Amino acid sequence: MSFTPLPVHVRTARLVATAVARRSGVQEALLDEVRLAVGEACSRAVEAHRAHCPTEPVRIELTGTRGRFEVVVTDAAARDDDGALDHESDSSAAPGSGSDNGYPGADGSLDDPEALLPQGLGLAVIAGLADDVKISRTAAGLSIRMSWPSGDYTG
Amino acid sequence: MDLKLDHHTKDGIEVVDVEGEIDVYTAPRLRELLIELVNSGHYQLVVNMEKVEFLDSTGLGVLVGGLKRVRAHDGSLDLVCTQERILKIFRITGLTKVFGIHDTVDEAITVRKSEK
Repeated sequence: MSFTPLPVHVRTARLVATAVARRSGVQEALLDEVRLAVGEACSRAVEAHRAHCPTEPVRIELTGTRGRFEVVVTDAAARDDDGALDHESDSSAAPGSGSDNGYPGADGSLDDPEALLPQGLGLAVIAGLADDVKISRTAAGLSIRMSWPSGDYTG
Repeated sequence: MDLKLDHHTKDGIEVVDVEGEIDVYTAPRLRELLIELVNSGHYQLVVNMEKVEFLDSTGLGVLVGGLKRVRAHDGSLDLVCTQERILKIFRITGLTKVFGIHDTVDEAITVRKSEK
């Protein structure tokens, strides 16, 4: 499915994804992670579209096959500001592991309060939540593929 | 559920009660409230997140922005949260080391006052 890149639609997208995950057999204990990871991916895509291509819809695919529930969020906003996580991610890429917590301004050194969190934080959160994450850049934009184990085997 | 915001003063500290979902759509409202409080001279803040049902990185950004603003005035911004689903995102991002996170508003106020 696809939706107009408006922040108000992100909630709907994550609720739909959570509902489909539940029906696909994802354990209840994992549904919060699905909801948050999908929300992060959609938020990131919406922000990218609003900055670069506000008329283009954000695409999200929800599939449950071979014991996995998979979500793919694809944007159409070609840009180069997610370089730090432009690879197959793992949770070790998450900020916060360094002595300064990885946050510019955590020591009070920045003047702009809104510039305190690193770019790509949403991707780092996804990496910390999803059971399996693959982030790839296409000619059009960024594709975030994440999956969790599900009870159904339909493949 | 949408976002509900309220605030009141307790023992000289401004307590912000947040209820609902903090995401890319609603976070700007929380940001505006925190800015409004700081601009009106409230530099000791406790954000009560016990009724928050959802928090994403946009919300984290707003909280860190609020922290930065009060620190510019030698103030503080502490959080009240016991929900594992919310605490998890603070742990993933390492922000448990940045914020004081307490079980109750009273505890947050007591700890803050003892550090003054």
